[in-house]
Amino acid sequence: MDVMTDGNTLLTIRDLRIEGLSGEAWLPIINGVSLHLDRGEVLGLIGESGAGKSTLGLAGMGFTRDGCRITSGSISFDGIDLVSASPERKRSLLGRRIAYVAQSAAASFNPAHRLIDQHTEGPVLHGVSSREDSREDARSLYDRLRLPDPGNIGFRYPHQVSGGQLQRAMTAMAMSCRPDLIVFDEPTTALDVTTQIEVLAAIRDIVEQFGTAAIYITHDLAVVAQMADRIKVLLNGDEVEENDTRTMLSHPAEPYTRSLWAVRSFRRPEQAPAPAGTVPVISIRGVTAGYGADIDVLHDVSFDIHTGRTVAVVGESGSGKSTVARCITGLLPPRQGEVRFDDEVLPPGYRHRTRDQLRQVQMIYQMADTALNPKLRVRDIVGRPVQFYRGYRGTRLLERVEELLSQIELDPGQFINRLPSELSGGQKQRIGIARALAAEPRFIICDEVTSALDQLVAEGILKLLDRLQRELNLSYMFITHDLATVRAIADEVVVMKDGHVIELGAKTDMFSPPHHAYTDLLLSSVPEMDPDWLDRLLAQRGRNNIGEAARLGIDRAAHRQSTL
Amino acid sequence: MGFLLYVALPLAVLTGLAWTVRRIVARTSQGRFGAAFRAMPMTAAFGLTVVSIYVIGALCAPVLAPYGESQVFDEFNLFPGENPAFVLGTDQLGRDQLTRLLYGGRNTIGIAFITTMLAFLLGATLGFLAATLGGWLDQALSRAIDVLMAIPQLIFALLLITILGQSTLNMILVIAVLDSTRVFRLARAVGGTIIVMDYIEAARLRGEGLGYLIFREILPNAAAPLLAEFGLRFCFVFLLIAALSFLGIGIQPPLADWGTMVRELSIYIAYAEYGDWQAASLPLLPASAIALLTVAVNFVVDWMLDRHSGLKS
Repeated sequence: MDVMTDGNTLLTIRDLRIEGLSGEAWLPIINGVSLHLDRGEVLGLIGESGAGKSTLGLAGMGFTRDGCRITSGSISFDGIDLVSASPERKRSLLGRRIAYVAQSAAASFNPAHRLIDQHTEGPVLHGVSSREDSREDARSLYDRLRLPDPGNIGFRYPHQVSGGQLQRAMTAMAMSCRPDLIVFDEPTTALDVTTQIEVLAAIRDIVEQFGTAAIYITHDLAVVAQMADRIKVLLNGDEVEENDTRTMLSHPAEPYTRSLWAVRSFRRPEQAPAPAGTVPVISIRGVTAGYGADIDVLHDVSFDIHTGRTVAVVGESGSGKSTVARCITGLLPPRQGEVRFDDEVLPPGYRHRTRDQLRQVQMIYQMADTALNPKLRVRDIVGRPVQFYRGYRGTRLLERVEELLSQIELDPGQFINRLPSELSGGQKQRIGIARALAAEPRFIICDEVTSALDQLVAEGILKLLDRLQRELNLSYMFITHDLATVRAIADEVVVMKDGHVIELGAKTDMFSPPHHAYTDLLLSSVPEMDPDWLDRLLAQRGRNNIGEAARLGIDRAAHRQSTL
Repeated sequence: MGFLLYVALPLAVLTGLAWTVRRIVARTSQGRFGAAFRAMPMTAAFGLTVVSIYVIGALCAPVLAPYGESQVFDEFNLFPGENPAFVLGTDQLGRDQLTRLLYGGRNTIGIAFITTMLAFLLGATLGFLAATLGGWLDQALSRAIDVLMAIPQLIFALLLITILGQSTLNMILVIAVLDSTRVFRLARAVGGTIIVMDYIEAARLRGEGLGYLIFREILPNAAAPLLAEFGLRFCFVFLLIAALSFLGIGIQPPLADWGTMVRELSIYIAYAEYGDWQAASLPLLPASAIALLTVAVNFVVDWMLDRHSGLKS
C-alpha cells in the first residue's frame, strides 16, 4: 500500500479515471480527478448534469454504477484500497463505515416495511448493536433531526410521512451505524424550498454533532454554500478548481466557476402594470375545480394576465398551480367560474373549443423528454401545428419551420432532421418553445420550463422567452416554485397555497415587505449564495419555526383570524 | 440414422449458412441500419436465415416443386431414397413428399400470416381506441375480451369452427378474432403508457382528431413491442393451424399442409417397434419443419426485443 495514512485523512482519491459503456464504446466519465477528505470535513461537489459528480461521489464508496468501470487511479478509505478490495470487504464497510443518502427518499425506502425496521437493519446486520438498542438509538436520532413525535414516527410506513420527513429519516438511517463518511447525493433537490431548509438544517446539525465526514453532491450553489467546508467544481469529468467555501464564493479563480457564480444575474426590467380598463388576454374568474367527485383542488381562484406581461404563479407542490393551467387549457373543466380570453368566455372543456381558441393558448412543458414525441423529427414536431392551423404544405411549410427554428436560435440546416434523442436538454426545450410558437398564439403557459435544466442552460431559455415576448408581444403564465426565476422574468406574481390565491401583485411589491406570512416564509426559505445565510435565518426565525412547523403556525394564525 | 438425416444434418447446414450470411452482412451493410445487423448475435442470424429460406420456399413453391401440388403417381408409400425421382418419397396416395412439403409451407405460413395480420389489425385498433378514449368504451371492450380469453383457445376454436362450418375462411376469421384478444391487451397497455405523455396532451390541445393521435403519435411509439409480439403471435397462430389441421378441421385436402402431413405420416411411428427407425422418423419431416420455423421466428423476436428494451446481455 503506497498511500500514506496520517491520522486525520479519511478518504484519498488519486487520479481516478472512470469509463461508462455507451452503445459499443467505453466513454470517459471521470478523467483523472483527485480528492482528499479529512475526518469530520464536508466536501461539496458541484457541477452541471454530466459533470460526473454522482459518479465521483459513488466512487468514494468504492462503488460504480452498472456499465461503468474504474480504469485507473486509487481510492483509499482510511488506509483501505477500495479499488482492489474484495466485494466482501466492501460489504463490511458499506452501511457500517460509509453510508449513502439518495436524492429520492421515497424511491429508496422499501414501501412495505416500517421506517424503524429499515433503520435497524444495518446495525443488526453489521453486529453494531442489538435490534432493541438500535431502535432506542433511532428514536434519539429522530429527535435530533427534529422529526415530529420521534418516539412513534418510526412505526409509520414511508407513504405515511411527508417528503421532507422521509429525507430526514433516511439521514437518520445513514447515521445508524455512526459511519465515518456519508455521501449525500442531491438530498434536497426534489423538495420544496420551505421543506428543503429543514432538511438542510437537520443534516448540518447531525454531521457536526457526530463529527462525520461528508461528500455533498448538488447542482445548487446556494445550498452547497451552506453545507460544505470546501467546494470542488467539476465539468465534464474534469476538476475545474477546489477551494474552501468562503474563498471559492468570494474569489473564484476559473472563468467557468465565475460563469456559474454569475448566473441568475439575468433580470428583466419590470413592465408597468397595464392601464386600468384594458381587457386582459386571459382572465380567470372565480374558478373552483377538482379531480374527484367532491374534493376541490382550487378554491375561487381569480387573476388576470395582460398583453405582453408575464404572470408568475408561485407555490409549493400541491398548491394547485398546475391545476390552474389545466383549467385554462380546458383539460380540466372547472366546477364553478370561467376563463375568459379577450373578454370572451372560453368553453370549459377543450373538446368544445374552436380551432382558433385552441391555437391562442399554448403550453411549454417541464419535462422536454415527454413533451416531444421521440419518434418524430424536429421538422414534423414543429411543422405539424403550422400545417394544422395554417394549412401550409411543401416548401412553404419548410420555410416556416426554418424561420421558427431561427427564432429559437437553432440552426435549421443542422437540426431540422433530428430526432428528440439527438438533442440536448436545452435544445429539446427550445423545440418545445418552437412548437408553441408555431401555432402563433397570444398566450403561452410555461410549466416549470427551467426546473429540469442546468442553471446556465436555464438562463439561456429565460433570455429566449424574454426576447420572444418582446418581439411577438406574447403573454406568459409562468408556473414555478423557483423564486430566482420569478425574480428574473415576472411582471406580476400570484402566490398560491392549498388551492387558494394567498397574495397577488406587481413583482416589486411582492419582493419588498410587508407581505403575507406565507409569502414571507416562501421568500426567506430560498437559499442565498452566502455561507452564513442558514445560520442567520435560523437565528432570526428560531430553530423550531422553519419548514413544516412554520407552515402550521401560519395555518393556525389564519384560523384564529377567521374565527375572530 | 433418421435423426441424423432429418435433424442434425439440416441444422448443421443451416447453422453454417447462417454464419456465412452473418459474415456477408457484416461486410456489406452500412450506416445506422447496418450497424444493427452487424451487431446481431448468431441466434438472430440463424433465425433470419431460416425465416428467409421459408419465405422464399413458400413464395416460389410452384417453381421449386418438382410436381403439381396434388399430382398423384402410381408409386405410393415410397421411402426417401428408394426412387431418385421422389427424393423424399411419396405418401399413401402416391403424392411427392417434397412437393407436398413445399406447398404445405406455402399454405400454412401464408394462412398463418394473413390470420396474424387480421388479429393485429383488429386487436391493435380496438386496444388503442380503448386506451385513447377510456371510459365506458374501454370498460365494455375490456370485459368482453376478458370473457373471450376465459375460454381455452383451442377448444373454443374447435367449437366455433364446428358451428360455423369447416372452411379455410372461417378458420382464419375464428383464429384472428380469438388471437386479437391478446393483441388488444398488449395494445391497450402500451397505449396506456403513451397516452399520458405530454406530447399527446399537446396534440389533444391542438385539436387533433382520433386518427392522428392513434396513427401518428401512438403507433410509432408502440411499434417495437407490437412488432415483437407479432412474431410470437405468428408462431402461436401457426401452431394452432397445424394443430387444427392435425385434428382434421384446419386446412382441407387437397391443399397441402404440415399439420395434416404429420397426422398422415404418424402411422409410421408404429415401425419403431420393429426397429425400422427410418420409417418411424418420417413424421419428423413436417414436424421438424414446424418446429424449426417456430424456433427461428422466436430467435428473431428475442433479438428485436433485446434491441427494443436496450438490455445488454
